[in-house]
Amino acid sequence: MRKYARLLPLIPLIFFGLFYFYPLASILQLSFAPEGRFELDAVTEIFRDRYYLSTLWFTLWQAIVSTVLTLLLALPAAYVFATYDFRYKQTLRTISTLPFVLPTVVVANAFSALIGPRGLLNGILQTVFRLEEPPIDLHQTIWMILLAHVFYNYSVALRIVSAYWERINQDLSQAAETLGASRQQRFWTITLPLLRPAIMAAAVLVFIFTFTSFGVVLLLGGPRFATLEVEIYRQAVNIFDLPVAAALSLFQIVFTFALMAVYTRTQSRIATQPSSRTAAARPVTTPLDRWLVGGNLTVMFVLLATPLLALVLRSLSWTGGNPFTYYGRLFVNERGSAFFVPPIQAVGNSLMFAGMAIVFSLVIGLICAYLVADRNRWLDPIFMLPLATSAVTLGFGYIIALDEPPLNLRQSLILIPLAHSLVAIPFVIRTVLPALRAIDPAVREAAGTLGADPQRVWLTIDWPLLSRVLLVAAVFAFTISMGEFGATVFIARPDNPTMPTAIFRFLGRPGAVNFGQALAMSTLLMLVCSVGFVLIERLRIGDNNLDQGEF
Amino acid sequence: MKKILTTITLGLGALIALTACGSGEIEPVTLKLVSHDSFFVSEGTLEAFTEQTGHTVELVPLGDAGEMLNQNILSKNNPLGDVVFGIDNTFLSRALENDILVAYDSPALADIDDSLKLDPENRALPVDFGDVCLNYDLEWFAASDLDAPSGLADLADPDYAGLTVVENPSTSSPGLAFLMATVDAYGEEGYLDYWAQLVDNDVRVENGWSEAYYEAFTRYGGDRPIVVSYASSPPAEVLFADPPVDGAVTASVTAPSSCFRQIEFVGILAGTEHEAAAQQLIDFMLGKTFQEDIPLNMFVFPSNTTAELPESFVAYATVPDSPATLNPETIAANRETWISDWTDVVLR
Repeated sequence: MRKYARLLPLIPLIFFGLFYFYPLASILQLSFAPEGRFELDAVTEIFRDRYYLSTLWFTLWQAIVSTVLTLLLALPAAYVFATYDFRYKQTLRTISTLPFVLPTVVVANAFSALIGPRGLLNGILQTVFRLEEPPIDLHQTIWMILLAHVFYNYSVALRIVSAYWERINQDLSQAAETLGASRQQRFWTITLPLLRPAIMAAAVLVFIFTFTSFGVVLLLGGPRFATLEVEIYRQAVNIFDLPVAAALSLFQIVFTFALMAVYTRTQSRIATQPSSRTAAARPVTTPLDRWLVGGNLTVMFVLLATPLLALVLRSLSWTGGNPFTYYGRLFVNERGSAFFVPPIQAVGNSLMFAGMAIVFSLVIGLICAYLVADRNRWLDPIFMLPLATSAVTLGFGYIIALDEPPLNLRQSLILIPLAHSLVAIPFVIRTVLPALRAIDPAVREAAGTLGADPQRVWLTIDWPLLSRVLLVAAVFAFTISMGEFGATVFIARPDNPTMPTAIFRFLGRPGAVNFGQALAMSTLLMLVCSVGFVLIERLRIGDNNLDQGEF
Repeated sequence: MKKILTTITLGLGALIALTACGSGEIEPVTLKLVSHDSFFVSEGTLEAFTEQTGHTVELVPLGDAGEMLNQNILSKNNPLGDVVFGIDNTFLSRALENDILVAYDSPALADIDDSLKLDPENRALPVDFGDVCLNYDLEWFAASDLDAPSGLADLADPDYAGLTVVENPSTSSPGLAFLMATVDAYGEEGYLDYWAQLVDNDVRVENGWSEAYYEAFTRYGGDRPIVVSYASSPPAEVLFADPPVDGAVTASVTAPSSCFRQIEFVGILAGTEHEAAAQQLIDFMLGKTFQEDIPLNMFVFPSNTTAELPESFVAYATVPDSPATLNPETIAANRETWISDWTDVVLR
């Protein structure tokens, strides 16, 4: 057993080597040294050109603002979810993750239906206040980008922080209470410092996600805004200037690496160990409780649920006939197209890839997290890099690197869940690591001294703490895989379209029925994901009985 | 002695191989057809090719037209397929400069419209065309005092202020095509002035066709009744209407010098191991069966002049009389300058 355990680190090593570093190195080499000699003019050029510099600056500040806004809005909700017991709590937490799976083009549509110039909100305001012009005009403004970033990332912060918060050891806080500390004092001096690892983990993820934002900026921000990721895509695809695209990609990677390195160094070890037991959630009793819970649920409803509802409403036909027309037509191959995909098949494909991505990313991500926790902190920034690497750069890398047997994987379907895992692994690591670091090594040693074999030590000490965060990680992996579109473009084949690919196919053609079917498919995507979330959360194997460990 | 025998055997083998080729009996293979995501055919069409030749076709979609072309260039030493569908005239020279195609003087070219043949060496063979034109909402204009636009000049008229949405030429292929229509109509001297007038007239710019059409266009809840789309979008609006409609609901402006003709090409990818079979697939795609299947699948026009158009196409799609066609070299030489000058005038 111990012998094999030593080989485990090889799995992430091989995985990252083959599916990240090798393709990346190949495309960088082709871009910088097409003739075999390195020419790095493009790298210096991006620091001289005013346009690129302003793109860098915009990318940075919008990511910082997006991250701060997301945390400000999500942290109170994390408190509410960790502290109180209220009806439909699980369902609500689940629904909050739905935005994450929706393609940006669909979300753009939902926002426009809600707050567009002829959208619902403007309509109401115009009627109520008898206005000639629509009062709200966020179209192609920075506010639209920030709003969409919060919409997408809210659940990341909520889930990571609340899952950790639930497990915070209450002893210190109770001791402080006995000593007369007020609720406020306890929060600022005990709870918040204890929460810091989870908050920082969430902040880092949200920052990287918004720093590399593509669809939101391209589609909702419009042509006046460009992040590095958007510029990389434009250079690589539209202009086909590979050196500049590679230089920008490299900058993005190096910047994220540096940021992660600083983060890793400053992150202090946690003083106390979180409980493996969930602190008993308390019922909502006082007016303050009601105000807190109600307030946060209202924010969530307005921010997350209304755009989703707008989407569902638009997926129905309002022309008098059967409202589910578009859903029905998803099942019919009216025009005899050879590309017709029954929705069941798209759902099946998506679920199959997501299932594989969950297994790959949980296994590899868990090993990575153990490596990082076990005195290999320097690896942490490296494992985060795939999240900061532009999809088009890596996709082009796959085309040129994975083209020879035994690695002729360019058109292999296995590449889809592998690419999804690459994005999901950083989420798994960030979710698992705070819990893992909190396990006191002394307890493990004690168990070993008392004669427990490593397997038993792991099962009785690590697993109870990990099981819940692994479920959160599984939900993230599932969500990322279900909604992923960028990498799938470079691999998917027509006989295996996923749900997002099917949505894009409908949106590529004019006509009410195509539009309706795209929205119907998006609603189905939300439905399938909701069912998936519920099933994953049901998987809480042994969470409760293992709570009563021997120690 | 041994050497002579080998020579004879080789010679005989070559002879047999030659006769096999001559009689059209090529070993059945699986051909990989690389395309963009907007490639669609009817059930049975590619099967007809299999019946004729014994070859089967496997489709390899590679993202949008730009992503597909670049991936083909990157993989030219080890191509992703045998035949490519969907390189268009705005990026044709990129494909030709990078030598990713081999020439083929297909006999089927005899029926292809000569004005579409842009590569004299026949490495890229025209397979279809579509015109990027202004589309407008018929219902909106019927309810308004304003006449529907009749050409590019109308968009600069203050009466039409705030009515138009276009796509960004640096991120959208119809957007690029429309920019070229304006370059062709107003010349390199005048097109930027025209765009400056459109900016004064509150033109809205979206990065992609889907946002322009499904968000900004009045038919889908937007506030712009004029949108840059295709001359073949009106028949799609009728075919995919909900509820069914009796007549057109949108129309396109097809006046001279107001549209840009996008031509799509097929070609054999250099490095293919099945060149003879690939040639047969090219012949098939330029032939009547495939060509007549194009309109209702991809909403573009067949390049084969003998192909008959479906009824709905004849009824609702207009072919512009004299659309802009810039030659691929001019486009290649100026594309980035036009786009960046346009960006300076319209977006900054």
